[in-house]
Amino acid sequence: MRVINTVELVPLIRKLTMKACIELDDNLIGALEESEKREESPLGKEIIGTLVENARAAKDEGLACCQDTGILVVYLSIGQEVVWQGNPLEEMVNEGVRQGYRDGYLRNSVVLDPFLRENSGDNTPCVLHTDIIPGDRVKILVMPKGAGSENMGRVQVLTPAQGKAGVKDFVVETVEKAGGKACPPLIVGVGVGGTMEKSAFLAKEALKRPIGERHREKHIAELEDELLEEINRLGIGPLGVGGRITALDVHIEVYPCHIASLPVAVNLQCHANRHAEAVL
Amino acid sequence: MKLTLPLDKETLKILRIGDTVELTGNLYTARDAAHERMISTLEKGDPLPLNLEGVTIFYAGPCPAKPGEISGPIGPTTSVRMDPYVEPLMKEGVVGMIGKGDRSPYVAELCKEYGAVYFLGIGGAATLYGKTVKEVEIVAYEDLGTESIKRLYVEGLKVIVGIDTKGRVLQDEEIARYRTRSS
Ligand code: SF4
Repeated sequence: MRVINTVELVPLIRKLTMKACIELDDNLIGALEESEKREESPLGKEIIGTLVENARAAKDEGLACCQDTGILVVYLSIGQEVVWQGNPLEEMVNEGVRQGYRDGYLRNSVVLDPFLRENSGDNTPCVLHTDIIPGDRVKILVMPKGAGSENMGRVQVLTPAQGKAGVKDFVVETVEKAGGKACPPLIVGVGVGGTMEKSAFLAKEALKRPIGERHREKHIAELEDELLEEINRLGIGPLGVGGRITALDVHIEVYPCHIASLPVAVNLQCHANRHAEAVL
Repeated sequence: MKLTLPLDKETLKILRIGDTVELTGNLYTARDAAHERMISTLEKGDPLPLNLEGVTIFYAGPCPAKPGEISGPIGPTTSVRMDPYVEPLMKEGVVGMIGKGDRSPYVAELCKEYGAVYFLGIGGAATLYGKTVKEVEIVAYEDLGTESIKRLYVEGLKVIVGIDTKGRVLQDEEIARYRTRSS
């Protein structure tokens, strides 16, 4: 058993929030640079170059790389041997978020009531997901999610007969409908299986995987390759100005599902692929 | 090419889709909430808090500025949400819009009719954009925070012509050129 006071989460989440909004990681920068070489559209090439330059400037100067610093999604994977002490955990997580947005000079983009739409003023609350894992550690991952790409996500429960072809059509159609609005080049997260909400959750899980990595199951890895190729044949290109590079990668996560259903969800990630993690 | 704001009718006419333009001068930010207020003001027949004659609107809401900096990072938001407000604002004199993403087909028609231009900003290049801002002044709706209307004096803000005064749409033509998938 390991006792942790929830207040320990505050400085950690504060730091991760700022890091995620300011620093894009080498995995993404490398993928952007590589895609710049493959892009045939002169305008598209120029845009990718500007994005890389922007990422460097943001990191050097400690400024948000994109002004839409999003609503923050926080994942806490809590070891089952951990016992919490102190103030309610969710309150402490949100305190970290509040401090991160304040001290990082990040934009407040959260409204408290989806109908009344009054800004909360400190970018809280975050969307918190917790799960229990073996051991006595706590893994923390934060993901600021801007609306441009998040708004274009979709979920649908297909029938088993629609199968792989149905899933492919749904994914490609989602990317096509998003066009330049989602700030391509994209990372396309796909969740297949489970229930309606499980597939949506998996689609976001899929975005955690580094660009260039494939699913461990061969048939799913192949589907990822096929989808990436199909998406890049759409011609949408960087920021939708036309070009070869619409997506940097496609990641699929799967889960068992009911004999009668085939849920599929697509969560789009814009080129500002922001996340930061730590272990407590 | 380098252009000075406000954009005059003759300059607007020579711009073509795909042109990369560096803008210097005053822009005005407005996004969803500010648009809604302007439109309800116009519907009531009341005067707007600013004169829109010749104005270029930047669909954007910045991050807060760090102490000692003029502006925080800033960049274009998705334009399609502002589509329903385009015509009433063009009637008031708006000649340019900066945002990201494609728009409803009727916006291209309006650009043609009113001789206006839609520029595509570089979505997500907010640090670089923030550095081009040399002055910031809140002009209206201060209570809206990041969504208030601000006058920005920018120097060399890089944008791409997305819809020109002929009503041509960059994405329509360019995406077709690179598309290799049958629909
Ligand atoms: S979609 Fe992404 S890159 Fe584009 S403005 Fe939103 S957060 Fe920034």
